[in-house]
Amino acid sequence: MIAELGRFLIALALAASFAQLVFAWKGASRGGSGGFAEAGRLAVVAVVVSAGTAFALLIVAFLQSDFSIAYVAGHSHIDKPLLYKVAAAWGGHEGSMLLWCLMLGLFGLAISRVGPADPALRLRAVSVQAILQLLFFSFLAFASNPFDRLLPAPVQGADLNPILQDPALAVHPPLLYVGYVGLSSAFAIAAAGLIEKTPGRALGAALRPFALAAWTALTAGIALGAWWAYYELGWGGWWFWDPVENASFMPWLLGAALIHSAIATEKRGAFPGWTVFLALLAFILSTLGAFLVRSGVLTSVHAFALDPERGVWILGMLASAAVGGFALFALRAGSLGEGEGFEPTSREAFIGANNLLLAASAGVVLVGTVYPLILDMSGGAAVSVGPPYFNATATPLMIAALVLLPLAPFLPWANGGARAGLAQMRAALLLLPVAIGGGVLIWMGAPVLAVIGGALGLWVLGGAAMDAVGALPAARTRALKFAVAGRALAHAGVGFIALGAAADASRPPELTRALVPGESLTHAGHTVTLEDVHRADGQNYLADRATLRLERGGILQPERRYYPAADQNTREVAIRTRLSGDFYAAIGEPRLQPDGRVGYEIRLAFHPMIWALGLGAFMIVLGGGCALYARAAGRVVQRRRVAGETAARGANS
Amino acid sequence: MTTLLMALFLSLQAATQLGTEEEARAQDLMREVRCMVCAGQSIADSDAGMAVDMRRFVRERVEQGQSDREIRDALVERFGHQVLMRPPLDSQTAPLWIAPVAFLLLGGGLLAATMRKKKR
Repeated sequence: MIAELGRFLIALALAASFAQLVFAWKGASRGGSGGFAEAGRLAVVAVVVSAGTAFALLIVAFLQSDFSIAYVAGHSHIDKPLLYKVAAAWGGHEGSMLLWCLMLGLFGLAISRVGPADPALRLRAVSVQAILQLLFFSFLAFASNPFDRLLPAPVQGADLNPILQDPALAVHPPLLYVGYVGLSSAFAIAAAGLIEKTPGRALGAALRPFALAAWTALTAGIALGAWWAYYELGWGGWWFWDPVENASFMPWLLGAALIHSAIATEKRGAFPGWTVFLALLAFILSTLGAFLVRSGVLTSVHAFALDPERGVWILGMLASAAVGGFALFALRAGSLGEGEGFEPTSREAFIGANNLLLAASAGVVLVGTVYPLILDMSGGAAVSVGPPYFNATATPLMIAALVLLPLAPFLPWANGGARAGLAQMRAALLLLPVAIGGGVLIWMGAPVLAVIGGALGLWVLGGAAMDAVGALPAARTRALKFAVAGRALAHAGVGFIALGAAADASRPPELTRALVPGESLTHAGHTVTLEDVHRADGQNYLADRATLRLERGGILQPERRYYPAADQNTREVAIRTRLSGDFYAAIGEPRLQPDGRVGYEIRLAFHPMIWALGLGAFMIVLGGGCALYARAAGRVVQRRRVAGETAARGANS
Repeated sequence: MTTLLMALFLSLQAATQLGTEEEARAQDLMREVRCMVCAGQSIADSDAGMAVDMRRFVRERVEQGQSDREIRDALVERFGHQVLMRPPLDSQTAPLWIAPVAFLLLGGGLLAATMRKKKR
């Protein structure tokens, strides 16, 4: 019954999306008010309610372990803990596509409620969003329906991939999807603006909050994924330049470029065409990411749902969005207008350079991810493109962006001129901690990349602190205060990430030894003794748990688990976090020692200051939140002012 | 009996123990060697049996005093060039290495043009 209702609701959401497209389109053509506009707005609500109910039903099916539904049978198991039964609803392909579609609807609703101030533009954007919804809901209904039956129903499910059974991974996909799909709203508003011939400046202002919200969520999602890789994959790595990571990193880089260029467009009317182009491209790269991850053309540590036939569908949707979006851009970019001039030492110029470097990084990541596939498919040489390539190409571009970052907030718009000199003097002051920090790192014998990263991290942090100290007291309104705080927080977060990455580059090589209980091992100044290894089984797995006693006090208990339902081993590492860094222990396979005793492979690693990465990501997300709040507060003030003026005019007449 | 489940995986292998500097060099090398049966992971980041074997291969060569280049060449000879995560520079892979420069030049040109055009 649930399955039938679910299928019906998905079909209903598809039909409602069509109604949304038609009604909102007509409503927009009639100036954004009237019966059609109202019907269009209602249709979005219908889409959200249908898709939301379908999603809730899918969760219910998981809670009931209804294995007559193929998707449930493929991703669940009677013995699985409750949280992961719920999380499995978005842990595989069909369920995550349903979530993707639901998010598309939710962002459609967001546009219809808090979208562009111009009612015609707002409704046009709702209509364009409906086109995207139609594409994805059709895919869901016809090629990857999560409610497809599996008859006869198996008595037991195949279980969710055990490494996905983790609290961080339960919230990681929804956050990531808010980011990916959120960029659809920037796409829809950009395309709607081109249709409506909205001037570039107004369009930049209209799409900026949506890009900001999406990018902030994407940051949080990527950070959670990196954190998960750090402790769950059991190797202590947090970024592998893996294709699936790259798939999320491309829209992130473009999103970062977009939220900056949109500021220049909104405040000064600079780069109108580029901002709109980026808004279109960012969502297209999101979809490309989905294609790469879901189609099976790539293999990756993070890919958990593969199907080549679906790849063709996604490629079709990708092509439709890209051709439609860019054709519109080619035809109408002229209507966006051109901004006023600016000097090379102006803030516009620095934002331009930021965009150049971020977009070039995204381009490099795209080429590095896709080119080997093209080469392979066209019968060329088989090559691997991995971390050494990206570290040699994309990393220098991002380092260059870090050099420029702290200066930009001090530069005036338009004409660099006299005040730029002042900014440079302040910048000179900043060089002091940078020089000291770099010197200390060199003295400690850190590798080159760590010295550069460490010095630049301090440079960015110092710049953010000076920005906050200088600009916060001058900000008069609440909206301005939050805008400055958001900027400083996010920039400081970038600084912390640079510091964390630099510290990570200087970590000592990890140590792996087979230990027999009673033996000790010393790594990075920590001595640990293996006390014993005993069984510690859980609800749906068997486990060996090692007890390692640290000489400095405390114990670490890494586990090695075996999940019979999935026939898979996983590792649960044990981490001791201190300000100096994480001491990281994992247990590997048992090894027969030459003397006949059984030893266990114990791997120890030390990750200096790895917390800086987490803190940095948190600050960026917080900064994004502040900037969004600033935006909302400014809007309220503006509305009040307009209302006040109207009232005053009314009183005068 | 506590190790019931892992007895299956018991293996008798004398691991090569390297000095600190040699181990660091071996681990740096492992990070740029792809595990051929895994999904895009380096042999430093994989539990697969093949990765374990390839790690041992690298450690043994490092112990024998071979240079990074010699070890890389030996790996390429066995597995082909895709065993290295850094693609070579030849006619087929040139786009990979030209792309970053091309993007910068193109974008930089656009930016400069925007600035010049608007000053008029």
